[in-house]
Amino acid sequence: MKVGLFIPCIVEQFHPQVGEATARVLAKAGCSLDYPPDQTCCGQLQYKTGNWKSARDVARHFIKVFEEFEAVVAPSGSCVAMVRKYYPELFRDDPRERQRAQSLAQKTFELTEFLVRVLGVEDLGARWRTKAVYHDSCQVSRALGIKEEPRRLLSKVEGLELVEMEQGEVCCGFGGSFSLQFPEISEAMVAEKASHILATGAETLISAEISCLMNIGGYLKRKGASIVPVHIAEVLVQRGK
Amino acid sequence: MRIRCLEFSERAKGALRDEMLQQNLQRIGVRFKTARDLAFAALEDPESLREMGRALKEKAIANLPLLLETLEMRVKEAGGVVHWACTSKEARNIVCEIARTKGVRTVVKGKSMVTEEISLNEALQAQGIEVWETDLGEFIIQLAGEPPSHIIGPAVHKSKEQIADLFAQKLGVPKAEAPEELTRIAREKLREKFLNADMGVTGANAAVAETGSILLLENEGNIRMSVTMPRILVTVMGIEKVIATLDDLAVILALLPRSATGQKLSAYSTIFTGPRAPGELDGPEEFHLVLLDNGRTRILADPDRRQSLFCLRCGSCLNVCPVYRKVGGHAYGWVYSGPIGAVLTPQLIPPRLARELPFASTLCGACAEVCPVKIDLPKLLLIMRQRLSEDPNFDGGVPLLPRLASRAHGWILTRPRLYRLAARGARLWSKALTEEGRWKWLPPPVGRWGKMRDVPAMQVPFSERWKKLKKELLGGVANEPTG
Repeated sequence: MKVGLFIPCIVEQFHPQVGEATARVLAKAGCSLDYPPDQTCCGQLQYKTGNWKSARDVARHFIKVFEEFEAVVAPSGSCVAMVRKYYPELFRDDPRERQRAQSLAQKTFELTEFLVRVLGVEDLGARWRTKAVYHDSCQVSRALGIKEEPRRLLSKVEGLELVEMEQGEVCCGFGGSFSLQFPEISEAMVAEKASHILATGAETLISAEISCLMNIGGYLKRKGASIVPVHIAEVLVQRGK
Repeated sequence: MRIRCLEFSERAKGALRDEMLQQNLQRIGVRFKTARDLAFAALEDPESLREMGRALKEKAIANLPLLLETLEMRVKEAGGVVHWACTSKEARNIVCEIARTKGVRTVVKGKSMVTEEISLNEALQAQGIEVWETDLGEFIIQLAGEPPSHIIGPAVHKSKEQIADLFAQKLGVPKAEAPEELTRIAREKLREKFLNADMGVTGANAAVAETGSILLLENEGNIRMSVTMPRILVTVMGIEKVIATLDDLAVILALLPRSATGQKLSAYSTIFTGPRAPGELDGPEEFHLVLLDNGRTRILADPDRRQSLFCLRCGSCLNVCPVYRKVGGHAYGWVYSGPIGAVLTPQLIPPRLARELPFASTLCGACAEVCPVKIDLPKLLLIMRQRLSEDPNFDGGVPLLPRLASRAHGWILTRPRLYRLAARGARLWSKALTEEGRWKWLPPPVGRWGKMRDVPAMQVPFSERWKKLKKELLGGVANEPTG
């Protein structure tokens, strides 16, 4: 399957190793990959701050870059939710553009759902001896309904012991522009999340959403916690330790 | 009620520093949410029930003009008087006028958010009328001189110790900490008011068009007393509370107590139709129904925002909202708080006075999961952000600078080469600002973020690594570890 790799802006600029791991995982799963060089961003920030005109421009660009692929895969729930849920909404008044947005929406996938639901792959031969806790990002679990898939993939990682945290369904407090506009509230939320994570005694914090990891990981690091935040793609390429 | 929504950020910070409040919020969040989850889990098919709730509200709001006229007709047939109020002020004046012409001296009130919305107590008191809130929570905040902090539990922000102090101070009673004792004190005080009141004022959980009946749910019996004891009864309701039939009422009865308090049924469910009829033993001599618009028809006129009117005021979205659970209801600065407050407030008051509220959410979606009538609250929050930022008819007053920044960013994102160039520039700049992967200084919006979190340093981007990686993947060494 000809897969277009979408690397969200936070991965591109701050965590490129997550992009590399994503590419390796998809290649291992048998996909023929390409990374269209004209890609930029999904326009989520514009959309969620109410600037829908700008968001529409960014979405048009995104659609143009990716619409030729059989599937588009990204290591982020929120960007996929943007394309899948909100692109068709943004263009609802223009039948032709809406059609293009809808057809792209149908073939744009978050990494773990693409592996498990579309490719039917669960075991990627990963090995990692670690006690890990999985964080259900709201955009992955609620917006896209992906809860099972990452856990199934992790259950196949040799040596990995997966534990669950208390109140795992509660948001970590990132919320994009929210955490910039209301940093104190966001901090109170991430502090609570961090306490639930640390209470599990896990050594590794895994998520399928890079922005949550940046938020929780950044907070834990500042607090001097030793738990290591990693994206699930990074787990799936581990070959023993 | 004073509008203080523009103080959201400041008051939220204050709430975060208030340790007592934090403890109280922690408690209610868990208690209400657990009760609600258990109540729904016990149902055979909770999803279908929510679907039914959604469908009946959709239909009722679509037929609002017809249902309201039918309701008016039935209430009149039952001997009641119906008043139409376009604004808060009109509603206040109607109730004050009834009180004045009937020589009312004491009013007892059932818990009602809509009378908070129209600031009724202050208006009646300005006329020299004694007004008593008779719901225990409302009674507490009335004594404290505070607005409600939760749709269902107006005093949930207070602990029993704080309430004990308040009672001792305001009522001159010895300090009593047992909840039973505190309730007894309030009951004694209020019993005397019930016996002397000339007028009862309530809100409405629903009004049934086909029969002209009003539904009131409660657990204390005070609303039933307010309805049945005084000679005059005034019910104030938002026009969106009308439903078509008694069958619809059955659905509301199944949904509302479960969502609000996790109860199968409230301790008291009062359904009454008109004033006391000849031959009946109790009930008021006069019944007035005040139908309040106050911006609701404007919401109705916008198909995108219409579902804001489906709300049953159960408060379940507050209980699961991680922002509400941190800052409490008072931070929102007006009557309605939490996700539904952030959506409703800028639609009911001048939008620019509440412009921050729809942005005060992470859009996590917990609210939409529990809403008994399946209001898509995250979507409404997004729509409100758009209206406030872009709609010239909406006078949002969202500051220009972040708006321009967001648009400029968007403009760059449609120009890939410029985007890469800008990112490269930022990375070069960031090198000067970082030391061993740590930032020495961060530009303003990120700076506040980074006060409490380590911000990652910018890396050689994926796009510049792709060529090499692609070669490696095509070369068949795709499965090697990353190291």
